[in-house]
Amino acid sequence: MPPRAVPSMLDCALTGKHIARRATAGLVALLVGAACACADAPKRVVSVNLCTDQLAMLLASPGQLVSVSNIASDPLVSAMVDEAAEYPMNFGRAEEVYLLHPDLVLAGQYARTEAVDMLERLGVPVLRVPFARSMADVAANIRLIGTALGREEAGEAMATDFEARLLTLQEGVRSNPSAALYSANGYTTGAMSLSGQILLAAGFENVADDAGIPYGGVLPMEVLVMAAPDLVITSSPYPGASRSEDVLRHPAVQVLRSQQRRATMSDQDWVCGTPRILAAIEALAQDRQALEGDN
Amino acid sequence: MRLFLGLTFAVLALFAASLVTGPAQTGAVESLSALMFGGDGPLPLVMREIRLPRAVLAVLIGGGLGLSGAALQGYLRNPLAEPGLIGVSSAAALGAVIAIHTGLVASGSLGLPFAALGGALIGVFLVLALAGAQGGSLTLILAGIAISALAGALTSLVLNLSPNPFAASEIVFWMMGSLADRSIVHVWLLLPFIAVGVGLIATLARGLDALTLGEDAAQTMGFDLKRLRLTLVIGVAAIVGGTTAVAGAIGFVGLVVPHILRPFVGAQPSRLLWASGLGGAVMLQLADITVRVVMPERDLKLGVVTALVGAPLFLHLIYKTRAGQA
Repeated sequence: MPPRAVPSMLDCALTGKHIARRATAGLVALLVGAACACADAPKRVVSVNLCTDQLAMLLASPGQLVSVSNIASDPLVSAMVDEAAEYPMNFGRAEEVYLLHPDLVLAGQYARTEAVDMLERLGVPVLRVPFARSMADVAANIRLIGTALGREEAGEAMATDFEARLLTLQEGVRSNPSAALYSANGYTTGAMSLSGQILLAAGFENVADDAGIPYGGVLPMEVLVMAAPDLVITSSPYPGASRSEDVLRHPAVQVLRSQQRRATMSDQDWVCGTPRILAAIEALAQDRQALEGDN
Repeated sequence: MRLFLGLTFAVLALFAASLVTGPAQTGAVESLSALMFGGDGPLPLVMREIRLPRAVLAVLIGGGLGLSGAALQGYLRNPLAEPGLIGVSSAAALGAVIAIHTGLVASGSLGLPFAALGGALIGVFLVLALAGAQGGSLTLILAGIAISALAGALTSLVLNLSPNPFAASEIVFWMMGSLADRSIVHVWLLLPFIAVGVGLIATLARGLDALTLGEDAAQTMGFDLKRLRLTLVIGVAAIVGGTTAVAGAIGFVGLVVPHILRPFVGAQPSRLLWASGLGGAVMLQLADITVRVVMPERDLKLGVVTALVGAPLFLHLIYKTRAGQA
């Protein structure tokens, strides 16, 4: 087992404190014991999670990022398919990642835990990036990955820019029309989710919050129809057929949507907490302005 | 006659109860008037596009399954014969799944019930060929188990191979059945198949009565057994194919209902047919109301409820059959 990861972790103890001041308290625990910004930034970074893929591609210096996950090449969920094509893809399996000799692995907090645990046992430094549930989390993750890649300034600049553009988008919200997120099987998400936060940031009220669904859950079609939201945002359909997605074409939902001028779908911009969600918020804000214009 | 009136009343009462049951908390009177007279707001939409189709489907599917169970039991003179247990429903589900996931038909198009009908036809033919009209209970059930297992495995395989991430999670729907979020489109899809199936099986009533005296007796009475058998196969396949395409495979309705009603009709197959049709509608409506009241947010599958009622009865029937043989 190569011991190369161990010294860098010890060296980093001081720098870790420095980061702790910047990152939110919840992130500190994740940082301790993981890689961080030392004078010698990681040179071979492998990302195994769609969202860290995208942040790493945005922030890494040339040649620093060795591989991104296969999901980054899926146009349905990835907003950076073209960029991802320039990197070798991995499938997040412990063996293949280890053989890439990474000096930093970027992983999601909950995904692929067995493979990530295995890599840690093999002495590979792993940064588990928490799931973004709010706009503040997005900015924090940008800074976190920037620091981990030794690109603190780039991370700070991107985060600051993100916060500024977000504020601009939120200005001038005059009314709060209601909207519902409605995807396959009638699944919806509330305020404690990134997509719920996108709705709020764009100036909408979320039907799921009234229905008592803070994180995510099934919104019965009857409840959706009775709530009569000003906007229904469905998920983009996957290839192939499924009964789960039939609900999106149910006559009751069709009637509800036909009363609305806009037919909006969530897309790859909604999936990850990267600056790309500003595009999703922007598109939604235009929907809101169109609704305001109607009234 | 009293049985007929009682069952009809139960079907109608449960139909009304089904219409006023749902996650949207609305008053019963208000809901029913919105259904009939329309009005402003979203309530008429809920009643007409969501609850009405669901209630109608429960009646059609339950009735169809009860009827086909009674017909199969009459023909095979075996109380264990039931479309779900002898693998016909699983074969129909396989037909539907193959049609949807190979892109042959879109779900919600008329091709779907035809594909399920094809699967059901193959299923019934296989069972009858394996078990035969003279075959005992054991051969029938074994043939059913084999066909169910094979069709179930192939259904899972097709769903697992689908590029759609939701497909694999739908294995449960196809094996257990549900009426959640079905629409009026599905009512129109199902109706012709139920009509054809019921029409065909209704012509069998006197033939099934004659069969109680044995095949030779029935033949001397002038019944063409080959034709009777073909009519039965197509009728059952039309009903099971149509219902499975719309609501997945719902088991045990065709077992429980004829069993409960048999004593009331003097064990006469022709009378058991219509009684089981009405009884099946009662049972499935009860099951569908139960899944909405007990666990409204979980989309509990209908087949779970019918199996909880039906499986103990099935075991009881096996025990009785064994005792009879000993």
